[in-house]
Amino acid sequence: MSTPAPKQETSVTLEIFTAGLWKENPIFVMMLGLCPTLAVTNSLANALAMGAATIFVLVGSNALVSGLRHFIPKQIRITTYIIIIATFVTLVDYLIQAISLEMYNALGAFIQLIVVNCLILGRAEAYASKNSFNKSVVSAAGMGVGFTFALACLGSVRELLGSGKLLGFQVFGDNFEPWVVMILPPGGFIVLGSWLILFKWIEQRQTKKIISSDAATHCTVKHNP
Amino acid sequence: MSNPDPQIPQLPSSLSLIQKLGAVALISGLLVAMVYEYTKPMIADNQRVALEAALYNVLPASASSRLTFRLEDDQLTLVPDDTPNEGDLIYAGYDNEHKLVGIALTAAAQGYQDTVKILYAYDPYSSCIKDFVVLKSTETPGFGDKIATDESFLKNFECLDAKVNEDQSALAHAIKTVRHGTKKNPWEIDAIAGATITSNAVGRMLDKSGQLFHPAIAQNLNLLENAQRSTQP
Repeated sequence: MSTPAPKQETSVTLEIFTAGLWKENPIFVMMLGLCPTLAVTNSLANALAMGAATIFVLVGSNALVSGLRHFIPKQIRITTYIIIIATFVTLVDYLIQAISLEMYNALGAFIQLIVVNCLILGRAEAYASKNSFNKSVVSAAGMGVGFTFALACLGSVRELLGSGKLLGFQVFGDNFEPWVVMILPPGGFIVLGSWLILFKWIEQRQTKKIISSDAATHCTVKHNP
Repeated sequence: MSNPDPQIPQLPSSLSLIQKLGAVALISGLLVAMVYEYTKPMIADNQRVALEAALYNVLPASASSRLTFRLEDDQLTLVPDDTPNEGDLIYAGYDNEHKLVGIALTAAAQGYQDTVKILYAYDPYSSCIKDFVVLKSTETPGFGDKIATDESFLKNFECLDAKVNEDQSALAHAIKTVRHGTKKNPWEIDAIAGATITSNAVGRMLDKSGQLFHPAIAQNLNLLENAQRSTQP
């Protein structure tokens, strides 16, 4: 008698998408793709453009890797993944040039460097090559949105403090003296570190809450058997 | 004894691996070719718009029409306006009376992060470099990008001396960037304090472009002056 495949294997759940947003956030939790994170988050617009480009490459490459997972032999899988990722990076490179040259110039070499973003190769190897097409696309979209969210967190703080603006609009008055260090590389490290402290603190608070509520439930069960 | 161990999986042949890699590369190539063909006219259009905007800013306000020339072996040949610029084009601006009023040239050099490319205005009569617009720059925000905004740096370009020598073979004085506050001669560029590498890049690119284009412009000034009249019906 053959055993039926577990249902969980193919079903797409909301949790697959939301994992990338918070629990497995590529930057704040997994610390993947830190090179573009530090380099292009000197303004919110750049951060959002890089996030959109990464979502496109992540979803496209994971969809193709997942679709071809039974066709690609184990021995040449990394080479094949790199070819697929490089293809989608080339596509996004042309598309950004077609949409806005200004944006293309602002992102500089970092568009081409998405090829070596370990987040994308990591997801292709760890998830897309082992899961169904639908699950891979949903997971990639979640990871991409989580990555963009983290970039936007950094970009907004750096632009606000580094130039007193947000998306190019003046936020602080004329008397505000910009903290130029914030839009320079050290600013990237400072802001990333600060966000990591904040996220760790929130996470610890949540864990403590869960532990204390669990303990309270146990006590109640013990006292009222 | 001679039977192979059934536990060891059979490795695929090299030919099969090459075929599969080739198939994936073929799919990738098709995707790239399709998107390239689709975006090519849009990218060309964006580049043309960016260049037009830069030319509008750089050429004098009196310039109502424009001709494009290519420099080859010290000779200028008229080319269509939409010719892609590979660093060998000269844009000449003419007023309503077909009189040459200004010339725009491109220059590029390695900056702090990447290549900085500018379009600058050259007046062949006063031999001055008068203005420039940054076409491409990924210099550090707050430092290197000041070349386009720093008022004291832009003062260098009210009339930067770029005249050619007597035998029209090179610039009379090489254009160079000097340390902030030490400018003595009209062919020197006063660097921005804190953005020395980008300031030096501007000096280097203008000198390189000046040594290449300005002598050829001086030699072919008659051709440039009369080109607009000769193209009129």
